[in-house]
Amino acid sequence: MTVRVQADPFDAGAELNRFAQGRGDVGAVVSFTGVVRDTHGSLREMLIEHYPGMTEKAISAIADEARTRWDLADVLVIHRYGPLAVGAPIMMVATAAAHRAAAFAAADFLMDYLKSRAPFWKKEITAEAETWVAAKDADEDALKRW
Amino acid sequence: MNVVYFAWVRERIGIPQETVETDAATVNDLIAELRAREPRYDAAFADITALRVALDQELSDFDSPLAGVREVAFFPPMTGG
Repeated sequence: MTVRVQADPFDAGAELNRFAQGRGDVGAVVSFTGVVRDTHGSLREMLIEHYPGMTEKAISAIADEARTRWDLADVLVIHRYGPLAVGAPIMMVATAAAHRAAAFAAADFLMDYLKSRAPFWKKEITAEAETWVAAKDADEDALKRW
Repeated sequence: MNVVYFAWVRERIGIPQETVETDAATVNDLIAELRAREPRYDAAFADITALRVALDQELSDFDSPLAGVREVAFFPPMTGG
């Protein structure tokens, strides 16, 4: 299991290739990459704040929980903080398993929990304003399906 | 104890962290003490349904006891992913 919390950009394709390499027991690798979206055409940058220390612990606990629920060969989570440009990758998860059902479900679970249980806060910066992104009720509700 | 603030809670209070001398028994008691200090604290803690709390870096409840806790963090609901 690999958890990385970093300011630096990452290459999702290269990360995925490295993650998927050399695994004889794996038949399925699923990945998700979250990217900075400019919803209203006015975003200058996205600023992500986090809670150093708690962030790594919370993500590791979520990944551990995924590994108890599904038979996974490995899990990768990368999440950035700091100022991010439109189109830049924010985070990625990858899961490796013998079969695709476990890999898909675990990646979905990881994303739901990273959204509302990992201590990150997003701020949208436009020419006019700086606005903290509000958590959505739907994101909290999404946890109930697990 | 060390009290840390994130996102708009940090901005509203104006500092990222501070050392607080307190005998507060629970998180709610600590919030009541902080709110009584200054309007900026009162404003930040006006609606605790908009806040979350972590004790020693674990998500907790507002009625949790503070005995033995070294770090309390207040922040809005998280928006990771």
